[in-house]
Amino acid sequence: MAMSQIDSAAVKTAQPLVDSAVSVRNVSKKYGDVQALKDLSLEFPKGELTSLLGPSGCGKTTLLKIIAGLLPHDSGQIEVGGKTVTGPGPDRAFVFQDFALLPWANVLRNAAFGLELRGVAKSEREAIAEKYIREVGLAGFENKFPHQLSGGMRQRVGLARALSVNAQVLLLDEPFSAVDEQTRRKFQEDMLALVANEKKTFIFVTHSIEEAVYVSDQIAILLPRPSRVSEIIRPTSFRGKGVENIRRDSEYLDIVDEIWASLRSYVE
Amino acid sequence: MILFGRKLPAMSSLLVWALVWEVIGQLDLTFFIPPLSQVFVTLFGLIQTAAFQNALATTAYAFLIGVGFSVVIGIPIGILMGKTRVLDELLLPWVNIFISAPLTALVPVLMVLFGFGTKTIVITTALFAIWIIILNARAGVLQINRSLIEMGRSFGASPLDAFFKIYLWAVLPEILGGVRIGIIRAVKGVIIGQLLVSIVGFGALFELYASNFLMKEFWAVLIVLFGLAFTLSGFLSYLERKVAFYASSR
Repeated sequence: MAMSQIDSAAVKTAQPLVDSAVSVRNVSKKYGDVQALKDLSLEFPKGELTSLLGPSGCGKTTLLKIIAGLLPHDSGQIEVGGKTVTGPGPDRAFVFQDFALLPWANVLRNAAFGLELRGVAKSEREAIAEKYIREVGLAGFENKFPHQLSGGMRQRVGLARALSVNAQVLLLDEPFSAVDEQTRRKFQEDMLALVANEKKTFIFVTHSIEEAVYVSDQIAILLPRPSRVSEIIRPTSFRGKGVENIRRDSEYLDIVDEIWASLRSYVE
Repeated sequence: MILFGRKLPAMSSLLVWALVWEVIGQLDLTFFIPPLSQVFVTLFGLIQTAAFQNALATTAYAFLIGVGFSVVIGIPIGILMGKTRVLDELLLPWVNIFISAPLTALVPVLMVLFGFGTKTIVITTALFAIWIIILNARAGVLQINRSLIEMGRSFGASPLDAFFKIYLWAVLPEILGGVRIGIIRAVKGVIIGQLLVSIVGFGALFELYASNFLMKEFWAVLIVLFGLAFTLSGFLSYLERKVAFYASSR
């Protein structure tokens, strides 16, 4: 019953004709005998935030790491800005679930580390990093070390590092899953402002339905065994209504319920 | 330690033992334990003699070269073992055998292979120190956070940058710990080498004083040796504390 419902949903959500920043075409990936991704295709529209949402084991992080060039795929093609992905590149920046900050470096060096690895001169990269440290709300913490910061602040450093390299595509792997609920809500509001201001393409992996619906222009529901895109949802009505009204919007609530209805049978 | 509400400086327990030693020495119970004060008087006389200074130079030379080799060879081998599965499978059993083997029993074999000179003493010293350095560097690499490696890759780190800006720092706390323990073991190694291979350096002094029952001199040299080992290990501990702020939060 649940299956047929999802199939019909997949049929009615055809791809919209928009300019794609990232195209995933017929990508497959196996871990040994396990089919992690099978013949998966997905378009990520330019300047928008797309969430990859699904139960654990649906391959959403695998897909993100393949787009990042951190994992090889077995077949299919990934294009970022029209160029085929063969490995990590300066057109993409990654935000890690566990922050991946250098514990021996202060906030300023961590935020500038992406630029440091690209050989940008010290004064120049620190000026850029300082700008983004301010933008993510960490001004005054430049000389603190990661262990002196809360989880939420650490992830802001991770975000500043990813923004500093000025990549067109930002890849975020469950970025808020290791921070507490209130910080997380603040982050989600800040994400909306960031997407609006930065004019970048965001790809956002999450397992929280509410989070996905709250922050996304487009939500791709991934289902496991074999992993595939079952549905693409584009919320329309509540985007411009202001951060404080989204959670009460009827379309927001409907979409959350609808997604839960399709996912519940996959949750053990 | 806190006594009567006051914090005592580190090592103050040594004062208690020094006092016990002095009392036993003054009671004249056994020739084996002369009073500590006399040992120190002997010590200050002794360190001005040419015999002592030569022994110190000979021992320090063999010690430093032995430790130098075990650091320069041990750290890269440990890092490579942590990074390369095949190498790890090949070498780990040997490292584990040698770290627990009674290396003293091996010294006669080394003498057959490398002769009766400084070379064999240096090799003995290195053999005492190197295994723990390898094991610690390896353990350090194995615990590097995977996402730090991915972070380096995703931001386009060159292999050289990844090594010097990420791996080395991430492994540094373990490496320093390994070198500190290695140095302490190397002190044992160099003395055992000097006693067994050719009677030179501090080994010769120990041999001389012990066989002639010159216990004051014997203890004096032992205290010097302990002091040197302690200072070196203290310096390494100091370096370890410098990186400790991030060691626990990696």
